[in-house]
Amino acid sequence: MDFHLTPEEEAFRAEVRSFLDEHLPKNPNDPQQIAKWQKEVRARRWVGFSWPADVGGGGGTLMQQVIVKEEMAKRKAPPLGSCFMGLAWVGPAIIQYGTEAQKQRFIPDILDGAYQWCTGYSEPGSGSDLASLQCRAVRDGDHYGVNGQKIWTSIAMWSKWMILLVRTDFDVEVKHDGITCLLVEMETPGVTVRPIRNMSGGAVFAEVFFDNVRVPLENRLGEEGQGWQVTVSALAHERSSIAEVEGLRRRHEELVDLAHRSTRNGRPALEDDGLRRRLARFEAKIEAMRFNGMRFLTRQLKGEPLGADTSINKLHRAELEVQVGELALELQGIAGHLEKEIDGGRWQRFALSWPEVVIGGGTPNIQRNIIAERVLGMPKD
Amino acid sequence: MNFGFTEEQELLRREVRKFLDEKGPLEEVRKWMETPNGFSRELWKQLGELGWIGLTLPEDHGGAGLGWVDLTVVLEEMGRSLFPSPYLAQTLAAAAICEAGTPAEQARWLPGLADGSRIATLAVVEADGRLDAEGLRVAGRPADGGYRLKGEKHQVFDGAAADLLVVAFRSGDAPEAISLAVVDRNAAGVEVEAQPSIDLTKRVSKVGFRDVAVGPDALLGASDAAWPVVQRLLDRAAAAVVAEAIGAAEGALQLTADYAKERQQFGTPIGRFQGVKHPLAEMFVDIESFKSLLYYAAWCLDEGEDARRHVSLAKAYASEAFARIGVDGVQLHGGVGYTWEYDIQLYLKRSKWVRPTFGDADFHYDRVAHLGGYA
Repeated sequence: MDFHLTPEEEAFRAEVRSFLDEHLPKNPNDPQQIAKWQKEVRARRWVGFSWPADVGGGGGTLMQQVIVKEEMAKRKAPPLGSCFMGLAWVGPAIIQYGTEAQKQRFIPDILDGAYQWCTGYSEPGSGSDLASLQCRAVRDGDHYGVNGQKIWTSIAMWSKWMILLVRTDFDVEVKHDGITCLLVEMETPGVTVRPIRNMSGGAVFAEVFFDNVRVPLENRLGEEGQGWQVTVSALAHERSSIAEVEGLRRRHEELVDLAHRSTRNGRPALEDDGLRRRLARFEAKIEAMRFNGMRFLTRQLKGEPLGADTSINKLHRAELEVQVGELALELQGIAGHLEKEIDGGRWQRFALSWPEVVIGGGTPNIQRNIIAERVLGMPKD
Repeated sequence: MNFGFTEEQELLRREVRKFLDEKGPLEEVRKWMETPNGFSRELWKQLGELGWIGLTLPEDHGGAGLGWVDLTVVLEEMGRSLFPSPYLAQTLAAAAICEAGTPAEQARWLPGLADGSRIATLAVVEADGRLDAEGLRVAGRPADGGYRLKGEKHQVFDGAAADLLVVAFRSGDAPEAISLAVVDRNAAGVEVEAQPSIDLTKRVSKVGFRDVAVGPDALLGASDAAWPVVQRLLDRAAAAVVAEAIGAAEGALQLTADYAKERQQFGTPIGRFQGVKHPLAEMFVDIESFKSLLYYAAWCLDEGEDARRHVSLAKAYASEAFARIGVDGVQLHGGVGYTWEYDIQLYLKRSKWVRPTFGDADFHYDRVAHLGGYA
């Protein structure tokens, strides 16, 4: 066990720190400053830092990427790159399964943040049982004709491209084998996006309808019938919990700050033992996520596969997301349900947006199934 | 960055595992549970010969010179087997002598502890379990260049088997005027009385000091100066308890998971039902999490970094989680879980020992809040 960095890594960290001293935007709300920042980190090749250099990535080590992310999170820097899903899993999937032409066409745009990608996985009848999906693609010469519906597609209305799972074979013994992955331009005729208003009043996700949408064969990612494999290995990239943990630590600080300003029965809220301990319990969960993440990272650095136990941090995250929002509203007492009475209503918005994190990417019960079956060897349902 | 064990540590784990599988299966543990001191002198001797008793003691004094991370490996395996021995008592008493004793005092006491030929234990906690300086009320009255001790220590690990007691006592009027001394268990006025635990694999005693003479040569380090050392020892002790809890909790999970795969109801193994799967998954999530917290705390202890917050996070989390694991483990076994015959109840009882020992969840969460500036 050794949490020290090597001399080379220390030197690299110093480089990152001095870059941050010089280039960190003074005003994180100024779009011009943010745009300038995005250009500078891109020029450094720190966006997609561990991606291969020949597709435009940084060619850095995983550890270097961790250092970059950690230092940036500590300084509350804006995100590296702006194409969130492209960087999280579409890019890695294209690097792993894409043709040379697909890599040349899409990877530089993802790194530059030229436009957004969205992810067309869930369907009205296929949520937790994703592999039962029915949106179909039928081959027609040099195209696929796509018909069907997707739902819960985050940022579909602001995306230029979608990574889409379709069924190309209905006649398979194992339902996973009939699935294919396509890359679809959202402006293609026959694609209709209908935003869904969520319980917080806003709309982040949408329904997407496909009516005889023609997708060129060259936009298939991987082989026909390989879609499930592409998805599973792409989602395995969606892991680095460092930025996530830093975000949670910041939220915890804000919650403590709220607690300092709150009263219960006319007394400072923090004099309440139970309440104080709930705050400390959150710290334990957040730190557990941090050190779990480091143990997973150690395994990755040794070249070992991550396996199902990354579901651990997803479960912690889901629990925290709900409980932090609940505690924030409880702290506000009788004002807890008022839309904008305290802190401009940010805690109310927070307490109404947890499903994005908790349900998206696999519900807690699905994560528990994964652990019980793949780690503990329980029989499958 | 490497958050994993070295090859040497993995080898140590395999050797301890093999030793315990061969010599300390639960059938044997159940036999030792029926004996007065609750452990096997023969195996204790063998632990000494293998060099594991002096694991964390300096090589100059017959130890292996290893750290708290290495110790964690050994304690995890002992916890997994619910292996009863004065190992924890000895390790903590020796750590006190290492931290507080002068080189001469270390040379006097440590070699006999490193090989296990003498058994020592740490006597800090009193009846109410307080872990602050004011909670230490066994008092030393200055006499003959040393002290005469009066008062009572509680829950002294393996007090009945110990030859030596390392005692923390109040030696002056200032709130933190605490001293440490090595007291012979057979000294006049020392009274040891067993405090039977529901966990029969853990033996603790009440130790009364009825005007016990402590000569100047029995003191460890300077008078009145031991409180910072005792605080560090309490962190080491809490970390050690969590290390054992990791193995014990994994043992409980393993037993329960095995049972869930075997036991058939409604024509299928009960492990197929989500009502069984999900609590098992939660056990795993919690164990992995307090494991991560503890490993980092142990590393901090070895590196001389401030370990307080990390020890408290680990102990708080483990105290609550292992208690749940014990209850859920018994419950998932159904009726047989309630029987004396099935082993899961032994793990539930261990969780009752872990929870309050060297600070319960409330104590440690309060310390986290204090260190975080919101208490």
